[in-house]
Amino acid sequence: METQTIQKKEIATKVTERISGSEAIVRCLIAEDIQIIYGYPGGAIMPVYDELYKYQDKIHHVLTRHEQGATHAAQGFARISGQVGVAIATSGPGATNLITGIADAQIDSTPMVCITGQVASHLLGSDAFQETDIVGISTPVTKWNCQITKASEIPEALAKAFYIAKSGRPGPVLVDITKDAQFEEFDFSYEKCIKVRSYVPVPKTVAGTLEAAAKMINAAKKPLIIWGQGVILSEAEEAFKAFVEKAGIPAAWTILGASALKTSHPLNVGMLGMHGNYAPNKLTNECDVLIAIGMRFDDRVTGDLSNYAKQAKVIHFEIDPAEVDKNVKTDVAVLGDAKASLKAILPLINANSHTEWHQQFKDLYAIEYEKVIKGDLHPTKEGLTMGEVIKEINIQSKGDAAIVTDVGQHQMIACRYADFNKTKSNITSGGLGTMGFGLPAAIGAKMAAPEREVVSISGDGGYQMTIQELGTIFQQKAAVKVVVLNNDFLGMVRQWQQLFFDKRYASTEMVNPNFVKIAEGYYIKAKKVTKREELADAVKEMMESKEAYFLEVCVEKEGNVFPMVPSGASVSDIRLE
Amino acid sequence: MSQEKQLFTISVYTENNIGLLNRISAIFQRRHINVESLNISPSEIEGVAKFTIAVNMSEENVKKIIGQIEKQVEVIKAYYHDEENTIYQISGLFKIKSKLLFEEPQIQNIIKESNARIVTVNKAFFVLEKSGKKEEVVALYNKLSVFEIMQYTRSGRVAVTKDEMKISTLLETYNN
Repeated sequence: METQTIQKKEIATKVTERISGSEAIVRCLIAEDIQIIYGYPGGAIMPVYDELYKYQDKIHHVLTRHEQGATHAAQGFARISGQVGVAIATSGPGATNLITGIADAQIDSTPMVCITGQVASHLLGSDAFQETDIVGISTPVTKWNCQITKASEIPEALAKAFYIAKSGRPGPVLVDITKDAQFEEFDFSYEKCIKVRSYVPVPKTVAGTLEAAAKMINAAKKPLIIWGQGVILSEAEEAFKAFVEKAGIPAAWTILGASALKTSHPLNVGMLGMHGNYAPNKLTNECDVLIAIGMRFDDRVTGDLSNYAKQAKVIHFEIDPAEVDKNVKTDVAVLGDAKASLKAILPLINANSHTEWHQQFKDLYAIEYEKVIKGDLHPTKEGLTMGEVIKEINIQSKGDAAIVTDVGQHQMIACRYADFNKTKSNITSGGLGTMGFGLPAAIGAKMAAPEREVVSISGDGGYQMTIQELGTIFQQKAAVKVVVLNNDFLGMVRQWQQLFFDKRYASTEMVNPNFVKIAEGYYIKAKKVTKREELADAVKEMMESKEAYFLEVCVEKEGNVFPMVPSGASVSDIRLE
Repeated sequence: MSQEKQLFTISVYTENNIGLLNRISAIFQRRHINVESLNISPSEIEGVAKFTIAVNMSEENVKKIIGQIEKQVEVIKAYYHDEENTIYQISGLFKIKSKLLFEEPQIQNIIKESNARIVTVNKAFFVLEKSGKKEEVVALYNKLSVFEIMQYTRSGRVAVTKDEMKISTLLETYNN
């Protein structure tokens, strides 16, 4: 039976059919098992839209309200599902509007395929209407890109695009297709790409490195694990948990690594970096072995590199050889896929508990709790805090919701305080810090995983950068829960102005519209909360809603996010107030 | 590793692909590195192109650059070598008025001593070609520049290395 199906499949892929380039594009997407794509039509991509009309029972095209929204939705889709997100746009402004999302996906290693229409090939380079050199423009922010001018090149280019986007360290790719190539007819057949000669998606683990790493870990007295999104991208969560538990080593996460290990896990010691937890930042400079797994020592994590973990031996589990020694010099680099490496190292690791070392984390947590966390989560003074809103969402979701954040204070607070029970539950713009990411990403996430509760949390600033995507929520009936934590400020910039620019609040105060009315204008249920006693009920009502729901919470205007490693300072100099 | 800047020759073996030059030069641009010279040519392997890039930077940084170049999908492999391990040539062309050959007889001596070659001569001008190390071409330029040079241009370096660059073996493993 099995051989029969395989044979049938082979025959099916080899048979050619005479179809247009535009139909081929849609058929390639179907062959890649793509069921949802995000985009915006326009002149140079119209032949493809005509085919999408024909194939609408196979591929659901989501019309966003701006091409940037299409990329962020595709990113949200990819981040929650682990699959490739697809965004499509026309030439010229359609294509350039994709760039922010592409750059975001590049720096956050998100698999995404972007397809853009292009003016007809005889017009290339002539400054034709809506012509732009999108291949040139997108080169520095794509993992790979290409321009297609002949229909016959389409299947191979798209097969390559999907393979490159998803394999190894994932990333965005862009395929630009001229309008004449879309119209041209050719003999279509599709074969999935499984290899590109010059491309090594997963480097070989250098012989002896696993053993050397294990030896170092076994000899360590005060080891610290710091993990990143690599654990999620390689679906190494189980292997990672087994490794952490056997070795008994405290483990801290980068913002993109959040949710790979349950928040409540006793060995999870919290977030690293600028607004991370006190203990893992402080103790980075006291550990004897630092074990980095699928993370890239971003400057927001390390602070001043010349005062970062200088006392420690550094082990780096990494899929991208260019990341090794880029920022932090390693003693042992274990190249390869995180899941494979963690599985391979497990039998070499001695079971341990490091009880005294753990106590140091607990002691520092107690300090952070008194100075910061208590006031954030259980405030007694007037004015709602962002933290207590996250706490209420935790209570209602029981930690099972996917939290999609924008960029700024609310993002740091959400990542610090959200309970994550499941992996792939923290969707945020980490590397690029793209305000406006949250709302459209939440739409993509909800559509990829309709069974999951998806809560979008934004500030009043970033929310207004892509607020038009409320239209997409309404049109798609996407049951996204949209929370805006409104302090009438660009809060994070204001916080820096307060701390480093003598409170000169240059252009950070926001005079905001009636957000509830705007949501209601899109026929979305909406509520505004200004008092503590209303909060719990409002969050409950939102979470219980079967359809989309908008909740504005007016929080204290000048709240700050602490702890904080000031820009350029050492992680040891983390401030609690 | 040395933080001090020195001249390195980077050899990049690539699939011959439109847009790759842009992709590779963007890596230098991002880090604000001035490329001293760049040459693209076929390599010893059919269908494989070779970029020869001369840069002045620290070894620590050149290593990072190599990593970021190799990361590009269509790059097969990149290497870097210091001056000691590089055998290179550049070429300079000088266009000079023919009458100077008679008016300034020492030009003939300069040509002889420098091992330069006359590519073409006509009544109006002659063209002189000098291949060698950059210093040799520059030395010739300095000698000739006291006279009137109508045009002068210098190529980027082409280089081979003392070490082996095992591209064929690498390609075989990729093909299998």
